[in-house]
Amino acid sequence: MSGDRVTKVLLFISSLTILLLSAGIVISLFGGALPAFREFGFRFIISSAWNPTAGSEEYGAMSFIAGTVITSILALIICIPMAFSTSLFIAEYYNGTRTSGILRSLVDLLAGIPSIVYGFWGFYALRPLMVATGLTDQGFGVFTASLVLAIMIVPYATSLSAEIISMVPAELKEAAYSLGATRREVIFSVVIPSARSGIIASFILALGRALGETMAVTMLIGNANVIPKGLFAPGNTMASVIANQFGEASGLKMSALIAIGLLLFLITALVNYLGKLIIKRFA
Amino acid sequence: MTEMYPVLTDNISRRNRTNIRFRYLVIAGSVITVIPIFLIVGNLAVKGFRQINLAFFTKPAPDTFQAMMAASSGEIIPGGIANGLTGSLLMVVLASLFAIPLGLMTGIYIYENSSLKYARFIRNLTEILQGVPSIILGIIAYIWIVKNITRGYSALAGSVSLAIMMLPLIIRSTEETMRMIPVSIREAAFALGTPYYKMIYKILIPVSFSGLATGVLLALSRILGETAPLMLTALGSPAISLDVTRPVSAVPLLIWDFYNDPNMVSLVWSASLFLMVFVLSMNLLARSVASKHKYI
Repeated sequence: MSGDRVTKVLLFISSLTILLLSAGIVISLFGGALPAFREFGFRFIISSAWNPTAGSEEYGAMSFIAGTVITSILALIICIPMAFSTSLFIAEYYNGTRTSGILRSLVDLLAGIPSIVYGFWGFYALRPLMVATGLTDQGFGVFTASLVLAIMIVPYATSLSAEIISMVPAELKEAAYSLGATRREVIFSVVIPSARSGIIASFILALGRALGETMAVTMLIGNANVIPKGLFAPGNTMASVIANQFGEASGLKMSALIAIGLLLFLITALVNYLGKLIIKRFA
Repeated sequence: MTEMYPVLTDNISRRNRTNIRFRYLVIAGSVITVIPIFLIVGNLAVKGFRQINLAFFTKPAPDTFQAMMAASSGEIIPGGIANGLTGSLLMVVLASLFAIPLGLMTGIYIYENSSLKYARFIRNLTEILQGVPSIILGIIAYIWIVKNITRGYSALAGSVSLAIMMLPLIIRSTEETMRMIPVSIREAAFALGTPYYKMIYKILIPVSFSGLATGVLLALSRILGETAPLMLTALGSPAISLDVTRPVSAVPLLIWDFYNDPNMVSLVWSASLFLMVFVLSMNLLARSVASKHKYI
């Protein structure tokens, strides 16, 4: 009988570590960010200054917040038609066939490629193409980063959308077919309306992924600590500035970078929470 | 549904045409979506293949001078990624030692107590933890380990950040796998008077083993390619080292170093090719385990 007790206590203790870990993460981020917020106050969030010169140090997160939001949303916009057609292919047109299985595995493979490989591939294969279009001189910038980011988040949006599309009851679709609707009409008047919130949630969760992506973006966005002036201009994201500058940072600058980490944590947590909330109401 | 009436009274052939056109659009969109995977694999295979030889796996990374000399005389760059391989192995093993048992136990706890508010709260926390960008886990491991325990960049810090990444993945997969076990099996065990802990390690774990293995393999394939948190924790080191309190390299970290050194370009193709093939095979292995050993 005592074995039972021990097991139950052990299981409970391991669940406690999750609690401690989560609390520890939040406390450490707040603690680390405190000096920056104490120094700059709310201005830290809305200012786009980034000046590490000793004596006149000034830090603000706005350029990076803007960079993160712009690249992620652009990536999402590029990702939507791709993920949407792929999920219809997998879960509607070719549902249950071999072709659908192959396509699904290929899309899953996209999710398996490490971020740094995407970044490197983007740098050597995609960047020259961007230069060839004549839109940018160097090929770095918001658009190049967003394009790679879009490819990276497609699998997340696709697998969830496909799952939800395949859950649409066959009776509903059959009823529409029996009224003489074509497949496209069934998709737009039955499948999408009844899977709408799930599809939206899948795109919100994909957005959550894009927000925190680091390496590929760092290698392609151009790392200019300003609010991007256009789609083809360089910028920087919250994750990239941390990756680029954390190693050589100390004192106030390190605190500013941790504060950016905290803001990124809050933004992604909020976006993910929203996505999960919609999914839960859908299910 | 209401807008179907005008549609149905419309011209049939035109509706058929849009129907077919939309189908082609879907197929085209799907093809465009998977083109990158062929481009990436093809690109890396063609350009990375040349550098892959025995030395690539047994020798540590060359310094930039050696690489420059080789590149200027048109030879392949000497050296390889051995320091990255040992570093990756060290950190992944350490992270697994921490995250696999803890993840399994927490997953079982959540599954066993899913009626409790506390267990559902832990599950929500796990979901939040899963969404935390990996670079933030790098910051955390830096604050906890680099600053306070090893007082310098270290393999330990790297493995802590990787372990925090693995943990939610394993917890979720454990819980989801357990939920697929028929309740009747548990009840049969309890009816025979099986103690609780025996039920867990003689019934729950063996029965769901392939699902658990899939979860672990997928988690491993995720962390093997992680770079960002390691830049803030393990830092990288040119030498082969197995000391957990000192900086070590890792394959993705080496890719980053090579990438930043114009003399090492051909080595970065090979290292990327190797990392991608390794991670993707692990991914495929995980999926084949999952599909072959479907429970009952």
